[in-house]
Amino acid sequence: MGRTRRNYKHAAPNGALKRMKLLRELLFPLIAVICAFIVGGIVVLLIGDSPFETYRLLIGSAFSWPDGIGYTLFYATPLIFTGLAVAVAFRCGLLNIGAEGQLYIAAFATAWVGIKLGGVIIKNPVTGQIVNSPIAHLPGVILLPLCCLVAVGVGAIWGAIPGLLKAKFGSHEVINTIMLNFIAVALVSYFTQYHYKIPGDAILQSAPISSGAHIARLGKIIPGLPQRIPLNLAFVFAIIACILVYIFLWKTKWGYEIRATGQNPSAAEYGGISIRKQIILAMAISGGLAGMVGINEVLGYRYRYYDGFSDNYGFTGIAVALLGRNHPAGVFVAALLFAVLQRGGVPVDAFTQHVSKDIVQILQALVILFVAAEAMFRGPLKKFGFMRSAKV
Amino acid sequence: MIELRNITKRFGEVLANDGVNIKVTPGTIHAIVGENGAGKSTAMRIAYGFYTADSGEILVNDRKCEIRTPHDAIAQGIGMVHQHFMLIEPITVAENIVLGAEPGSAFSLDLKQAAIEIRKLSDEFKLAVDPNATIDTLSVGQQQRVELLKALYRRAQLLILDEPTAVLTPQEVEEFFTILRGMREQGKTIVIITHKLSEVLAISDNVTVMRDGRVVGDLKTKETNAAELARLMVGREVLLRVEKPEAKTGAVVLGVQNLSIAGRDKSARVDKMSFEVRAGEIVGVAGVEGNGQTELIEALAGLIPGSHVSGSIAFEGKDITRLDARKRKELGIAHVPEDRHRRGLLLDFSLAENTILGVHYRKPAVTGVGSIMLDQAGIQSRAAQVIRDFDVRPPNPELPVRSLSGGNQQKLIIGREFGLPPKLLLVSQPTRGVDIGAIEFIHRKIVAMRDAGCAVLLVSAELEEVTALSDRLLVIHNGKIVGEVDPKVVTNEEIGLMMTGGHA
Amino acid sequence: MRQIFTISLLFSTIRLATPLVLAALGGLYSERSGVINIALEGLMLAGAFTAASITFYAHSPFVGVSAAMLAGALVAYLIALACIRFKANQVVTGTAINILFLGLPAVLSGALFLSSGSTPQIPKENLLPALYKFMPSFVPHWRILTDVSVMSLLALVIVLVTRYVLYRTPFGLRLRAVGENPEAADAAGVSVNRFRYAGVILSGALAGIGGAYLSIGQSSLFTRNMTAGRGFIALAALIFGKWRPVQTMLACLLFGFADALTIQMQGVAKLPSGEDIPVQFVQMIPYIVTIVVLAGFIGQSRAPRALGIPYEKER
Repeated sequence: MGRTRRNYKHAAPNGALKRMKLLRELLFPLIAVICAFIVGGIVVLLIGDSPFETYRLLIGSAFSWPDGIGYTLFYATPLIFTGLAVAVAFRCGLLNIGAEGQLYIAAFATAWVGIKLGGVIIKNPVTGQIVNSPIAHLPGVILLPLCCLVAVGVGAIWGAIPGLLKAKFGSHEVINTIMLNFIAVALVSYFTQYHYKIPGDAILQSAPISSGAHIARLGKIIPGLPQRIPLNLAFVFAIIACILVYIFLWKTKWGYEIRATGQNPSAAEYGGISIRKQIILAMAISGGLAGMVGINEVLGYRYRYYDGFSDNYGFTGIAVALLGRNHPAGVFVAALLFAVLQRGGVPVDAFTQHVSKDIVQILQALVILFVAAEAMFRGPLKKFGFMRSAKV
Repeated sequence: MIELRNITKRFGEVLANDGVNIKVTPGTIHAIVGENGAGKSTAMRIAYGFYTADSGEILVNDRKCEIRTPHDAIAQGIGMVHQHFMLIEPITVAENIVLGAEPGSAFSLDLKQAAIEIRKLSDEFKLAVDPNATIDTLSVGQQQRVELLKALYRRAQLLILDEPTAVLTPQEVEEFFTILRGMREQGKTIVIITHKLSEVLAISDNVTVMRDGRVVGDLKTKETNAAELARLMVGREVLLRVEKPEAKTGAVVLGVQNLSIAGRDKSARVDKMSFEVRAGEIVGVAGVEGNGQTELIEALAGLIPGSHVSGSIAFEGKDITRLDARKRKELGIAHVPEDRHRRGLLLDFSLAENTILGVHYRKPAVTGVGSIMLDQAGIQSRAAQVIRDFDVRPPNPELPVRSLSGGNQQKLIIGREFGLPPKLLLVSQPTRGVDIGAIEFIHRKIVAMRDAGCAVLLVSAELEEVTALSDRLLVIHNGKIVGEVDPKVVTNEEIGLMMTGGHA
Repeated sequence: MRQIFTISLLFSTIRLATPLVLAALGGLYSERSGVINIALEGLMLAGAFTAASITFYAHSPFVGVSAAMLAGALVAYLIALACIRFKANQVVTGTAINILFLGLPAVLSGALFLSSGSTPQIPKENLLPALYKFMPSFVPHWRILTDVSVMSLLALVIVLVTRYVLYRTPFGLRLRAVGENPEAADAAGVSVNRFRYAGVILSGALAGIGGAYLSIGQSSLFTRNMTAGRGFIALAALIFGKWRPVQTMLACLLFGFADALTIQMQGVAKLPSGEDIPVQFVQMIPYIVTIVVLAGFIGQSRAPRALGIPYEKER
């Protein structure tokens, strides 16, 4: 655009610079959440309930001890995993709409290992006929880590497929991940129904996994937390995953390569980075993270594969990642927020006159919409001189 | 016909047009000349409503006009042929031409009527365009004529042509000028944006010279000459006299044999090129843009898929034709890309993170077992070194590169690449869009690399730049080397003739 | 086998393909203008819920369908506003709309009908009628008239109209231009954003009608998530049909046929081992086909070039 003449006004010291950047990163999500709650409140008001009462129920119930906090953290666990999954893909410039399918297929595979290698015999309870016999009966010390690895590995493979398709044929990962969601759901539903269900069971779910593959509920460790609350070790894994993803993305050369590819593929290629490899790698990591939902669900909660268990975790993960600005710390906080809402849905259902717990989904959708269309806040903020001071 | 008064336009912090006044007389061919980035295209895009000026006014036929969109401009009888054609490939010529000004009613698109009209126009101006062909089957020259028809179909009285000859072969240029003269005779007014002086002298009646966003000259073509125009246009002759000692050339570093490179459409972009570059010399490549320079440099850097490349590339006697970009960089081949925003930088990454692009996987950028972890201290010290040695301002390694000026961004890239350290330096358009101070600095650094024994291959669209810096000069045309000249004795006219496919 | 391939299978195919055709054509308008429409699912749900609710009160399926069309258009306007005006990511916005319409109908039906996610039954005489309703009384009651809904005919008409509009009118030419090369369209004096708004809003209207057919045509009430992925199958059909109206309709018929076949096969066809043929495998067909097509194995399906890219220019 011609010769540039400019004077530098970047004299700000590093500390102040970072603080301004952080402020800006926090500002838009915050405004988006507030706007979502205002619009949601209007919906509640139109329906004929009090928004304040509804929100008190929605948010208030999450902070009681032990049930409120226990369940909230339990609900947050899968959202942290899917939020991280979407965030890692996004850092590579990819939209993983397929976390839903990845977590289903991984959860099923986890249960499969817990059954087939855990020495579980599936019998017809009436006739006593053996429907499905195990391959091996591994001890818990081997079985449990194996189950976890399979959750990650199978999720990663399912995630890598659209990565591979994009790298090899250039086909768009969004469409392919959507299609693979449906294929995953159909596949696991088929296997559950025809091969791993206890005959006569009215619910579409697999036989229970071997007890050797159960992971501990946190109630065992934390005093005062009853064991009936399904919060389990997977939550700890989720925290560790946040830290590892942070280190991976910002402290390793591989993370650098993924972020460089996401920021400018041409420049990454120029820097000797294979874009195709990064696309496949990022999608595999993304899928692996989504697959870890299976650890929480199968090994820590239901101890079996339960068809249709995911409450849109994969899609909510998009909201979590977006609200969390594709940063592990942000993802953690956003997942907690959505978990609070999910936990609050129950009392809303019970104690309001008209509003049902589905208001939670409306709020989630509104948050995504407002975060996605954050440009709408930019104009007004500029007018108040906010953006200028925050611009880096 | 059209007059721009006091037009000012900023893009971010770049002042692209600074109080520009241009007056175009009806029935003339008016040339606007200037270097890349002088603000010629910006001014004309404002006249066509593609950009809106920050201040100033536009007069059409002596009446003040609001031109906010191309739609407004078309209504005023203005048409524009853009440097990058604005054509929709999968549809037909006729559909492209009528788009936005369709014949027939809202419920029925009368393409037959359109085809008849287009044929008539095509005959009238001797354009020879088939209205029923789809765009992707046409040659570049034909596509350009479709663009002309688009404007004529809308009954444009004023045609603005942005660098129309950049993509044409010399024969096509001649044909094209004949068409333009024909149009002038029919009463059309033509504005032609160019940076080639020979064309200005050949075709225009009047000429406006721009530099750094300002109009620096308004002349009648008959009353001026190439030397005067060049002086006005460049205004920096002094700067381009690069002080350099006699070259001490060493062994052959880069040997290129019969190198051919196929473009996306399988046509040869580079056609059987052979040359070599020795240690301690700067070999320049001169040529009209788009004659294979981009592909040549990218292929040497390992950025073009092997399936598109044939022939051989040797580095220090070893064949590297099949090595990827990373392996070549490891051997000591540095690359300053022509488009720093597209290729050279991660704009939202910090300055420090940009100094390790390409060497991010080895020391000093990494540390620890298996060299997996990034070494923050190593990266910081490397960034500090680049900032210090190459005078990158502001000297804050944490700033996102996006916030740097073009010159400082370029110095960052050059600092990064020169720090490899390289044995072979591929430099493309090193001073494009860079302020004058930085140009001088960059030139000195390139010469210093050569004096330190590095082999340098330099591509630049600025003829003065390649002639001033190079020890030997290759002239290319149409993907072929058409000659090698000694930059100390050759004249611009000689090079110009070779560049356009004539012979010296 | 004879039990499967009956004339009923044909009518069943038409019935099941109808909502897909309507939604896929909706998607076509949006995507041809350059805006990805992942929200077809949500738009269909919006239409389905609106149609069922309004028909319940107004006792007229035509009022219901019109309302569904408006509702779809209105929601699509919001999508357009986010994606075009505020340059929001189109895929993310679409996902948000899909989630929104899992929740919103449930909340509204709870408030309006005191139910958890469904609307009350609509009497048969208020549902969308079959074709024979519009025939003079002397016409015999052929099955094509009694088994095929008026909406199927409407869908066919819309396919033909779309084909005409797309290739034979200025509107269609401009819409295609905007989706292929918005900069060129802009240079030719075509307002890119105006045509993108039009494309997205039309897609909402059509997907809304498609949803209406689900709730007050195929069934007689709205139930939670009753589209069950049809919006995505419509998207798949659009890709398989290479973003062309007639091919897209054929793709919808193929996917409708697969669906009809699974229903018809239940309890009738058996694998040699004596088991039922798992429906899941037939359900997967559209999705697998789409992946294969996108990878370029069955002909090249080229998306509009500017699909998914907001049009930005420096001003």
